[in-house]
Amino acid sequence: MTAPLLAVEGLRMHFFTKAGVVRAVDDVSFSVERGQIVGLVGESGSGKSMTGYSILGLVDPPGRIVGGRILLEGRDLATLDAESWRRLRGDRVAMIFQDPMMTLNPVLRIDTQMVEAVLAHHAVTRESALARCREALVQVGIASPDERLQAYPHHFSGGMRQRVAIAIAIVNKPDLIIADEPTTALDVTIQGQILFEMQKLCRESRTGLVWITHDLSVIAGLADHVCVMYAGRIVESGTVDEVLDRPRHPYTRGLIESVPSRNPPGRPLPQLPGMTPSLLALGAACAFRERCPRAVEACASAPVVQALGPQRSLRCVNPLP
Amino acid sequence: MSSLAEGEEPVVAAEKVESPWRRFTADFAESRLALAGLGLLLAILVVAVLAPVISPQNPYDLAQLDVMDSKLAPGEPSSSTGRPYLLGTDDQGRDMLSGILYGLRISLSVGIASTVLALAIGLVLGLAAAYFGGWLDTVVMRLADIQLSFPAILIALILLAVLGQGVDKIIVALVTVQWAYYARTVRSAALVERQKEYMEAARGLALPRARIVLRHLLPNCLPPLIVVATVQVAHAIALEATLSFLGLGLPITEPSLGLLIANGFQYLLSGKYWISFYPGLALLLTIVAINLVADQLRDVLNPRLRR
Amino acid sequence: MLAFTLRRFGQSLLVLVLMSLLVFLGVYAIGNPIDLLVNPQADDFERARATAALGLDQPLAKQYLTFLTHAASGDLGRSFVYNIPAIDLILQRLPATMELALVATFLAVALGIPLGLVAGLKPHSFIGRGIMAGSILGFSLPTFWVGLVLIMVFSVQLGWLPPNGRGETTLLFGVPVSFLTRDGLAHLAMPAVNLALFKLSLMIRLTRAGTREAMLQDYVKFARAKGLSSRRVIGVHVLKNILVPIVTVIGLELGSVIAFAIVTESIFAWPGTGKLLIDSINQLDRPVIVAYLMVIVAIFVAINFVVDVLYSLLDPRVRLGGAAAHA
Repeated sequence: MTAPLLAVEGLRMHFFTKAGVVRAVDDVSFSVERGQIVGLVGESGSGKSMTGYSILGLVDPPGRIVGGRILLEGRDLATLDAESWRRLRGDRVAMIFQDPMMTLNPVLRIDTQMVEAVLAHHAVTRESALARCREALVQVGIASPDERLQAYPHHFSGGMRQRVAIAIAIVNKPDLIIADEPTTALDVTIQGQILFEMQKLCRESRTGLVWITHDLSVIAGLADHVCVMYAGRIVESGTVDEVLDRPRHPYTRGLIESVPSRNPPGRPLPQLPGMTPSLLALGAACAFRERCPRAVEACASAPVVQALGPQRSLRCVNPLP
Repeated sequence: MSSLAEGEEPVVAAEKVESPWRRFTADFAESRLALAGLGLLLAILVVAVLAPVISPQNPYDLAQLDVMDSKLAPGEPSSSTGRPYLLGTDDQGRDMLSGILYGLRISLSVGIASTVLALAIGLVLGLAAAYFGGWLDTVVMRLADIQLSFPAILIALILLAVLGQGVDKIIVALVTVQWAYYARTVRSAALVERQKEYMEAARGLALPRARIVLRHLLPNCLPPLIVVATVQVAHAIALEATLSFLGLGLPITEPSLGLLIANGFQYLLSGKYWISFYPGLALLLTIVAINLVADQLRDVLNPRLRR
Repeated sequence: MLAFTLRRFGQSLLVLVLMSLLVFLGVYAIGNPIDLLVNPQADDFERARATAALGLDQPLAKQYLTFLTHAASGDLGRSFVYNIPAIDLILQRLPATMELALVATFLAVALGIPLGLVAGLKPHSFIGRGIMAGSILGFSLPTFWVGLVLIMVFSVQLGWLPPNGRGETTLLFGVPVSFLTRDGLAHLAMPAVNLALFKLSLMIRLTRAGTREAMLQDYVKFARAKGLSSRRVIGVHVLKNILVPIVTVIGLELGSVIAFAIVTESIFAWPGTGKLLIDSINQLDRPVIVAYLMVIVAIFVAINFVVDVLYSLLDPRVRLGGAAAHA
């Protein structure tokens, strides 16, 4: 079997703050194949965005990767120097962020911002770079690219801006895209369109996609594989069908059940009691045990990841049957 | 179906709540430079307040002056008492150290008085403008804008040219030049606060207006105000010194540091630098101390830089 | 864009008229120059004659109208002291002041922005902290005291630079300037540095604050995610964003530099309008004071106008007159 496009092994990323060490990403492992869409699901503070930033090497002090490997086609990114990483970013690995209003620079024109992404990695003429940008804009469903290129970000609606951001991400035809909640800030209809287009793009160009979100319903319709994160750790992972139809971790089940559309109207929504723990106070024990209805004594010692089958893993000592 | 078993209580981890004062002093103390500034400032204030007690001579009591001692360099002894003048004397035989201590007093009191007054006026106008809106807001803000677009020194100069000399007139000039900063700052802060939900709640409860303004609006506008006020004290002191230096400030009977410096200016080229230099140094130390404190205050109280 | 420019122009004119009213009221309504110019022992007849000749017996409103119409045509009265048109006096001395102000501004910007950028990018490093400490010092030092120290050190102790006056001038486009000659530069050095110091500190602090805030923004992260070099991220993305408020400040501060030149000119005996103003105040030469104020106000209004237009060019969100700014 060929090596996966991306293999994250035991990734640990900590923030060293005055108040203490925050274990934002704690022993995270997953892999992405070419053309596969992997969802990273969790509440705010679960470490999912930080995992994404780590893969791109965008972690700023006081944060630091302290352990694990990030293998892109077999090459360990964590050992790279700054310049090598810069060359990868935007070219082999691209990222899409949540709020397009803030990610596009408001005082620069769209063409400037797109062309520079090409020119940073390829020594081509400006015209040739512009041509690639036009292509990318058409690919994301923007019909009249020339008009858009001359404009400034504030001339566009949120959905349009996000399409531009996606276009920027794909303009150099990367092997892997990390998308950090790109549709959270958008209308539901736009969201649907963008999801559909992303899926099509990835299938057609065999680009790997890591979709980070807190919204399970998005993953259900989009991803092939899903990893559920809680307090910096992956608690359950597997194919989307398996995990959603038959969740084994109590947190996963809680997440699934709290989705409004799954519940009949008129009855109170089931909720997970309590709050996510502060990432400062994490011990080795299972972070979910304070809120878990199935917690037992054994939960107090670090639950390890068990493989339940190829592609299926679980971190729980007392899982659901 | 709830995932909570019957009778089980959810356990919520309680976070330790830190008093805002504690947090503030801890944050402030992070900068050693600021602490040094604070120390220096306190020392200066103490010295200024105690000036009549600790200075070797009352520089304005003509009986104590000995013209024979004029323009002595620092450290040279008095011809009559034999005691050395620590910082030399000026052209009238006045002990520089005493002159500086008294001058500090005047500079500081004028600076602080004008700031406090300007703060009060600006606060009232700014709050009123923000709370009542409408034409009051427009008038006050237009006035403030026009005033702020002209440099303080120019406005002060013209005012003094028109009004003449005297402590009260200086204070009027300084207040006129400063109130707009406070009004503007308070108004922006108040406008932001007004939109917030707790204000809606207070209005919804039909609390009396004064109460809403005083108990709810005001405390939240204070942080930026404190920062502005601290910096402004330094500005006021510097401005007054400059005006006195130009001959338009405090009269000779109540010499501030600026006037002392001006007096000594003519002797600079002949090498008798101490007559201007030391008062200048005192002025400098005061302003630097205030600015150091103000800087750290600004960093600590600025929500946008807290990450 | 045109509509915006015209609108700002109209506003500028309005402010000009308003300021002229304020200036007039301030100076003509208070104070009494008769006492200065007429021999105290002159009899009432002499006084009356002088009053009529100077137009000081007319009702204030009429005086103001006369004032305004004359001002519009460039006639702002004659100096009581020098007996030449006040406006001529001001214009004679203006090039010296402008030269000083512009050189000082240039120094402040050319040094301030790069230093501030460095301090903003590495705020906790030794050099970053050093720059900040230096800027606090520059900010706190009263201008006149710095001038004093400069004279003390460079003129008295070292004897390198002349302590006062303006150097040799040459004509540049018909305007006498002194920075093109060596002697001129020697005379210009200290006053310009003195004047620049305050503004330099301001520039450093502003640039640093702007840089620190900009670096925390998402678009910086996005730019890095695109794989752009640090140089481009800072030199293009960050710089363009912080330039907008900085340009505004430079423009507005130019006015205050011209005003602060008053102090520097007094210390270094620089023959500019500032010194003229101080002397005129002391001598109660009202027409000159008025002429100075009007010229300064006109300069300020012009600067504000230019800054506004520049601002709209730099920040595209402003151009559509507010509608797009809220998008």
